[in-house]
Amino acid sequence: MKLTHIKPIGLGTVMLAILRREISLALRQKGEVLTPLMFFVVIASLFPLGVGPESALLMRMAPGVLWVSALLAAMLSLQRLFASDFADGSLEQMALSSTPLTLLVVAKALSHFLLSGLPLVLMAPVLGLQFGLDGPSLGILMLTLLLGTPTLSLVGSIGAALTLGVRGAGVLLSLLILPLYIPVLIFGAGAVEAYASGLGVSGHLSLLAALLVLALFFAPFATTAALKISLE
Amino acid sequence: MAGANGIGKTSLLRMLCGLAPVESGDILWNGTSIRSQRSAFQRDLCYLGHLNALQESMTVHENLAFAAALGGFAPAPGQIPDILTRFGVGGRGEHIVRHLSQGQKRRVALSRLALSPARLWVLDEPFVAMDEAGIRMLAQLIAQHLAEGGLVVLTSHQPVEIDAFPAQILELRA
Repeated sequence: MKLTHIKPIGLGTVMLAILRREISLALRQKGEVLTPLMFFVVIASLFPLGVGPESALLMRMAPGVLWVSALLAAMLSLQRLFASDFADGSLEQMALSSTPLTLLVVAKALSHFLLSGLPLVLMAPVLGLQFGLDGPSLGILMLTLLLGTPTLSLVGSIGAALTLGVRGAGVLLSLLILPLYIPVLIFGAGAVEAYASGLGVSGHLSLLAALLVLALFFAPFATTAALKISLE
Repeated sequence: MAGANGIGKTSLLRMLCGLAPVESGDILWNGTSIRSQRSAFQRDLCYLGHLNALQESMTVHENLAFAAALGGFAPAPGQIPDILTRFGVGGRGEHIVRHLSQGQKRRVALSRLALSPARLWVLDEPFVAMDEAGIRMLAQLIAQHLAEGGLVVLTSHQPVEIDAFPAQILELRA
């Protein structure tokens, strides 16, 4: 009798269900979204206080400082990407879902980007002003963050999956993932500097986009494999 | 499936689901290895482990709707409240899971069974944390599932009467 009104749904709808769940959870636990963002603001604001108000120096440092701060802030929320689902058994159910786990992982990484990467992109110009960056430089900074933070979420999800259920997972996660973030950092911060010194930025942006495509293709498979190991 | 603590009942169930690797041998579903038909097998499977798989900050209704989505189907309107009533947690649909008692959480977790179209149920200690009425209700649900042609594999420490159906008891020994 119960089999009569089963309506099958598509893969996209399942991914959307994950996305909706993550976002509604984040709206209920606003602290979890705001903490990394405030961290970003505080770290980036400490630099002008530390090195003094010399505007030429600040302007020169800005892209690097803002990118490193964004990197650390994005990392802060990574640990929770799978942790609570692992603890309450939801992750097992996801692994047993008829939808491939790889697609669910993509939805999870996308939700991480929307909830922690995108706020950083929107906050960056405000902080850039503190460093005396001009309008076009701010635009480039936002663009590089917009291209770079999804890569951070995707690559970070591998580390989050590998360190599931491990004690001291936070520190281990940083050690695993920060070296992998180096290319994104180099091309992200490099683009803004290249613009400031009058060189073209299209090369840097293309490389950032290429890194994103690469991560989008490989990271979900690596994360899925890592999750399966953690669940055994 | 019966056996002493630590004998490997849960491990065996997890292997049956494909969650844990099998060292030797293979697990077949409809005559084919589950590894070569993972998606089809998982559509037929509903697994309930020790953990309730309920997100504590979400409501009961949201949890069940999400479980249905993971199973690859959309519940009919009104189906979730009906099932909750049947499981003795009627009217709790909009409650946050954190505010429920242990027994109520277990009932909500078990109500996934009635929601799912799966033919194979794999249940790890489903009777734990249930009161007598709950145990009767679950036994009834299992009997109904069997009558509809379903298959149930479960572990339990207490013998449970499931009406009119022959159960095969597998006792694990060291």
